[in-house]
Amino acid sequence: MLARLRKPWPDVRAERMLGAVSCLLAVLVVGMVVFVAIHAWPTFSHNGLGWLGSGETPETSFEKMQATSVNPPPSAYHLRAWPLLYGTLLTTVVSVACAFVVSLFASIFIVELAPERLRRLTIPVIRLLASVPSVVYGLLGVLVLVPFVGNHLVTASEKASVANTIELTGAGLLVTVVILTVMIAPIMIALTCEALASVPSSWREGAIALGLNPLRAILAVTVRAARPAIVAAAVLASARALGEAIMISMVSGGRAFKPNLDHGLLIFLYSPLRTFASTIVDFREGISAPALGSSLYAIALLMLLGGFVLSVCGYLIKLPLRKYQVRG
Amino acid sequence: MSTLVPFEFDEPRVMQTGRGRRSSPMTWRWRDRFALVLAWSAGIVLVLVAGAIVAYFAFRGVQYLRPSLIFSRPQISASQAGSGGFLDPLLGTMVLTAVGIVLALPLAVASAVWMSEYGRPRWLARVIESCIEIVAGTPDIVIALFGLAVFQLSFMGPFSFKASGGGIYGRSFLAAGAMMSLIALPPIFAATRDGLQAVPGHMREAAFALGKTRITTIRRVLLPSVRSNMATGVTLGISRIIGDTAIVVLLLGESLRLESQGAVPGLGLLRGTGSTLTSYVFGNSPAGEGAAPQKAYAAAFVLLVFVLGLNLLVERIGRHQERATGLSVATGAV
Repeated sequence: MLARLRKPWPDVRAERMLGAVSCLLAVLVVGMVVFVAIHAWPTFSHNGLGWLGSGETPETSFEKMQATSVNPPPSAYHLRAWPLLYGTLLTTVVSVACAFVVSLFASIFIVELAPERLRRLTIPVIRLLASVPSVVYGLLGVLVLVPFVGNHLVTASEKASVANTIELTGAGLLVTVVILTVMIAPIMIALTCEALASVPSSWREGAIALGLNPLRAILAVTVRAARPAIVAAAVLASARALGEAIMISMVSGGRAFKPNLDHGLLIFLYSPLRTFASTIVDFREGISAPALGSSLYAIALLMLLGGFVLSVCGYLIKLPLRKYQVRG
Repeated sequence: MSTLVPFEFDEPRVMQTGRGRRSSPMTWRWRDRFALVLAWSAGIVLVLVAGAIVAYFAFRGVQYLRPSLIFSRPQISASQAGSGGFLDPLLGTMVLTAVGIVLALPLAVASAVWMSEYGRPRWLARVIESCIEIVAGTPDIVIALFGLAVFQLSFMGPFSFKASGGGIYGRSFLAAGAMMSLIALPPIFAATRDGLQAVPGHMREAAFALGKTRITTIRRVLLPSVRSNMATGVTLGISRIIGDTAIVVLLLGESLRLESQGAVPGLGLLRGTGSTLTSYVFGNSPAGEGAAPQKAYAAAFVLLVFVLGLNLLVERIGRHQERATGLSVATGAV
C-alpha cells in the first residue's frame, strides 16, 4: 500500500485527489451553515420575527430556558433579542468608526510620511498588535481599564443617579469600544496600507507638480483613488468586531441593557451591555438545555450571515477599483 | 478577507518633493497642518499602545511568574497558594496546536496546490476560494458552536469525551483541534498559494521539458521552493491557535487538568478534555470563576511571549526568503 503511494501518481489521479480535498472545504462550509441553521430552527419557528423585537429582557428568558426540561414546551422558546442586537450594532459601529479614523491616518503615516527607520519599526509593531490574543486584551481591560474607569472617571453622583436601573462599575461601552478599536485598527491598517501603496506614486507627484502641498496631494489623490479599498477595509474589519466574543464578554459588564442617551453622554458611555458573541460565551454552560441551545445557535446563525453579508459587501465595494487597475 | 491579503511594501515611498525646495508645513493651510499632525500622532500612538501593552505584561510577568508556576499542575483549592501552576494548560496548548496544524496543513496545502496548479473547472476554483474566505471571516465562536453540533452527533461519539451518564459530551482535544484547524487553514492556504503563484513559470517549464509530470513537478520542484512560504503560513496558523479562547472554552471541556478518556495513552489524551493557556487566563480573570489575577497575569505573559516569538519567527522567515531568492514572502498581517 505504502509502496503504491510512493510511486509517482498518474497526473489525472493526482488532480482528482487534490480537487476532492479542495471540495471537502466547500462541503465543510455548507455543512457549517446547515448544522447551525438546523439547531437554530426551533427558536425561530416559535418566535417568528418577534425574535428580533424587544420585550422581556434576554437574561430572564435565558434563565427560564435553563430551568426547562429536556422536552421544552413551545412557550419555553420565548426570546426577544433586540437588546443583544442593539449592543452588537452599537459596539461594532462605534468602534469601527473610531478605528477608521485612526487607521486611515496611521496608514498615511506609514505609507507616505514616516522616515524609513520609523516605518521599519511601525509595521512589525502594528502586526504584533493584531496578533495579541483577545483574552490578553480582555485581561488588560478587566484588570486595568475597568477599575480605572470605575474608580476615577465615574463619579459617585453619576452612580447614584442611575442606581435603581444599572450599576456603573466601569465595565461597559467605553472600555469595550476602546479595546475593540485597538484590536481592529491593525486589520484596517494592513488593508489600507496595501491600497495606498498600490496607487501609482506618479499620480501624487503630478498633483504636487500642479502646486498642491504634499499632504493635500496624498489626501486628494492617493486616498481618493484608494477610497473603495479603504471602505472595504472598514467593512471587513467590522466583521471581526462583530465576532469578537471573549474580550467583550470580559469587559462589557454582561447585562443586556440598551445604553441610551436619557441620562447624558457620560452615563451612556459607562453603561453595561451585552453583544451576540459575548452572550454565547456567557451562557455556554446551559447549552445542553434545548431551548437555550437553540437560541445560542440562532445567534450564531445571525453572526454567520452577518459576516457573509459583510464580506460580500467588501467585495462589491472594491469592484470599482478594477477600472483603475489598482489592486486593493 | 484580511488573512488572504499580503501586507508588503515594494519600494520605499518616503515623501519627496524633488531635489529642489521642500514644501514647508508652516506655509500650508491649517487643516493640512492639522491632518499632518493627526497622521503622525496616529502612527506614534499605536506604536506606544503596543509598547505599553508589552511593557505592562512584562512588568507583571516578572512580578508574578515563578518557575514553580510553570512546572506544577493546577489543583482545585480554596486558597490561591494551594491551587498550583499551569503545567497542564501549557501542555494543553501544545497538544491542541499540534492537532490543529496536523489537520490543517495537508488540507490547506492540497487545496492551494490544486487552486494554483490545476484550478479547473474555473467556477469550482472560485467557489472554493470564496469558501476559504468565508472560513477566514467566520467568528471563532461560531466555528466552536458548529464543532459542538458536529461532535455531539452519535457517530462522532468515539472522538470525544464521554459524560458520566454515557451521553456524548462532544468536547475533547480532537474536537477542539479539528475546529482549530479551520482557524489555521486560511493563513496557510494564502501563504502557500501566493508562494506558488510567485514561482516563475520557467521553473515549471524546465521540469516539464525534462519529462516530469505535473504532479512530480509539484512534489519535486514547486513544493520545495515554497517551503518558507508554508513555514510562514504555519507560524501564523500556530499563533492563531494558541491565541484562540472561544473554541477552547466551548470545545475543550474546561477541565483544569488533562483528563484522559480510555486507557490507550495517546488516543486517550486526544479524546480527553483539558484546558489551554488562554482558557486558564480567562478562568482566572475576574470574568471567570478563579479570580486569581496574579496567575492570570503570569499565564498571559507566557502567552504573549509565545506570540512575540512567533511574530519574530515570521519576520525572520520572510527576511531569509528574501535574501535567498529575491522574492518577498507575502505575510498576512493578521
